[in-house]
Amino acid sequence: MTAGGAPETIEHDVLVIGAGGAGLRAAIAASAAGVSVGVVCKSLLGKAHTVMAEGGVAAALANVDDRDSWKVHFADTMRGGQYLNDPRMAELHAKEAPDRVRELEAWGALFDRTKDGRILQRNFGGHAYPRLAHVGDRTGLEMIRTLQDHGIHQGITFYMECTVTRLLTDGGRVVGAFGYERERGRFRVFRAGAVVLATGGIGRSFRITSNSWEYTGDGQALAYDAGAELVDMEFVQFHPTGMVWPPSVRGILVTEGVRGEGGILLNKDGRRFMFDDIPPAYQKQTADNEDEGWRYTQGDKSARRPPELLTRDHVARCINREIKAGRGSPHGGVFLDIAWIKQRIKNAPEHIKKKLPGMYHQFMELAGVDITEQPMEVGPTTHYMMGGVRVDAETQMSTVSGLYAAGECAAGLHGANRLGGNSLSDLLVFGKRAGDHAARFSREQGKQRVVPAAQVEAASRAALAPFERSAGDGNNPYQVQHTLQEMMQDLVGIVRTRAEMERALEGLAALQARESRVAVTGNRDYNPGWHTALDLASMLVVSEAITRSALARTESRGAHFRDDHPQKDEAQGKVRHVVKRGPDGTMRLERISVTPPSPELQRIIEEQR
Amino acid sequence: MATATFRIWRGDRTSGALKDYRADITDGMVVLDAVHQIQAAQAPDLAVRWNCKAGRCGSCSAEVNGMPRLMCMTRLEDLPLERPVTIEPMRAFPPVRDLVTDVSWNYKVKTTIEPFTPRPPDAADGTWRMDQGDVDRAMEFRKCIECFLCQDVCHVLREHHLHDQFIGPRFLVHAAALEMHPLDVADRRAALRTDHGIGYCNITKCCTTVCPEHITITDNAIIPLKERVADQAYDPIRALLRVIGLGA
Repeated sequence: MTAGGAPETIEHDVLVIGAGGAGLRAAIAASAAGVSVGVVCKSLLGKAHTVMAEGGVAAALANVDDRDSWKVHFADTMRGGQYLNDPRMAELHAKEAPDRVRELEAWGALFDRTKDGRILQRNFGGHAYPRLAHVGDRTGLEMIRTLQDHGIHQGITFYMECTVTRLLTDGGRVVGAFGYERERGRFRVFRAGAVVLATGGIGRSFRITSNSWEYTGDGQALAYDAGAELVDMEFVQFHPTGMVWPPSVRGILVTEGVRGEGGILLNKDGRRFMFDDIPPAYQKQTADNEDEGWRYTQGDKSARRPPELLTRDHVARCINREIKAGRGSPHGGVFLDIAWIKQRIKNAPEHIKKKLPGMYHQFMELAGVDITEQPMEVGPTTHYMMGGVRVDAETQMSTVSGLYAAGECAAGLHGANRLGGNSLSDLLVFGKRAGDHAARFSREQGKQRVVPAAQVEAASRAALAPFERSAGDGNNPYQVQHTLQEMMQDLVGIVRTRAEMERALEGLAALQARESRVAVTGNRDYNPGWHTALDLASMLVVSEAITRSALARTESRGAHFRDDHPQKDEAQGKVRHVVKRGPDGTMRLERISVTPPSPELQRIIEEQR
Repeated sequence: MATATFRIWRGDRTSGALKDYRADITDGMVVLDAVHQIQAAQAPDLAVRWNCKAGRCGSCSAEVNGMPRLMCMTRLEDLPLERPVTIEPMRAFPPVRDLVTDVSWNYKVKTTIEPFTPRPPDAADGTWRMDQGDVDRAMEFRKCIECFLCQDVCHVLREHHLHDQFIGPRFLVHAAALEMHPLDVADRRAALRTDHGIGYCNITKCCTTVCPEHITITDNAIIPLKERVADQAYDPIRALLRVIGLGA
């Protein structure tokens, strides 16, 4: 007998897990290929983290600067990723992003316009030319709503407030998924010809994060449990500018668009500290005085970018350094000032409200700060996972047959550091590819989908186990989650050392033991304590993968910074770390070589240096 | 440390009651923080929806001291803490559990509205040219975060339960966003009048008052739609042309 009654069984040719940008784009593609598609959303439709993306979507449309092209976008992405990126993915991404953005417009998205009526593009860190199509600072909302409103008319079935806890496999191939719906806590078995993971990030493993409760690394952990490989897991992006005050909003994102529009970073002495440390690889492209930086943000093509628009990893470390050196703001951040532009332009307050309406609103209502008059206080926040499920560049299939991944939960495009704006283009380009290929794979497999009863039975038992334990000392799921977040923040955060990470591994082992004892009270109806308990398993898998990969990389590169190995090591620049489950059930780490770019791509990289 | 009392509705589909909890108060705290604090320490099964915590996703809608609000954007310092802060679910939707309601009706309604239908592309490369001014006009409606607070406060839905005859302010805003989209060529006027019940709105403007995105729902979306609908359906010259088979 299956615990808790027989689960509902649902069949689709393609099952998409996740309903952010990547999941919706994959579902639309698979549906267009004529197969039956189901989408599982952990929250309500349209609430996924894509909605929080602010700055824009990167695509070399060349509407604002005709020197831009896919080649420049490709080279920028590789440089930003410190050449650990999969070059074929970076190529496909740069080539296909413009079509994916234009397609959104055909589905009803409205972007800000140039004077001649085309899509306007803005400057962003690491992009050589104005490249981000945007709508004020609410581009993510525009994108997810466009995909949602288009998607609901494509014959796709949505399963809102449903969480998948396990993938079902048959003979090494993924044939479905097991999960629960939140409302009544009933189990669901999905039978599918192919599964696309589009579950997003892992930010909830850290105390300070821009991510919501959903981002517990489900996709990465589901893939790992099904035998797939994860790669680049040491590369966690700490966005340089999260809110630091009031405490309740610590970590909430402050868009890079503030800096793109001319915002500057200052320490408590009023010093514009970003001019103090410009990495050699970027010196040629970075302004060496304040006036030139300002002119760049205002579209002067002869000017070079201000140092505030260096890559996110670098800006985050500079801010961290100022705070650690005692030059931070009152609440432990630094100052981000956009109000200063009133020295340069007329009607600055109206201009700021027009360009950054969401930021104005957010600071006014949550912090009581008027950003047209006062500087913001900001500090680094856990934002994005560059690593994830290892996928084939063309098809997005993982190393397990029938299992695909796209968007943040997949790896390869961003290498050691993601450029702002490349996540929204990533999810469009590779969401579509995953959907296309999953549909084709599902067709080729036919309708023979045997879901092994033993796996369903085991998944049901595991999901109900927390109800069978009695609540006691130290086994409250919220406490376990909180302890994990504190530990990862303190020991595997923005600056890492071997000793601290070894302590983290011991801590993770202890937390794994506690996770197996967590108990929940109440019943199965919409019970967040239970949901939190079940999310812990995924959080522990990704936290261990991050820690093991970060320990193995004894150098500093991109988002990964080792205090005990502060320099880059050329040899390790050719290596990526893969983790997967070993035959004995423990996590194994392997080194693989980076994929060298084709001669043509190598030539483009050299030309753009 | 200062504390305050939070009087939270606990219940399920059939019954429930307000229950008091104490929570510690810190600087800048919002109502959702108090709910989380209570959930983590006192009531692990307290059901609540939330995601972004920054007023951008529209998940944490509830009624705070009787006012429809996003819990993540309601600061405690703006509330009288000498009295208990009452937190109840949105009352216009069926309760599921605690602060969570069944909002699935909204998702069904949206599928009944004719989707975006663009005019043929303007340029040879298959793209369109649009003026920023025209984009800005539709932009106000596209800010909507689908928190459904406007639906919650609308008396046509809340008191009269006309869910099968009236789509509510949220979807009139959605229709306005489509009707005022610079590229859209579909005509939703007849459907708005008949299937979507625009006539039920009698412009009390409660929806505008509660909108956390400050969309001027009544004046900028509903009234212009009403005018378009009336213009099409009740213009005597158009009616005459229709009778003699010469127009819509």
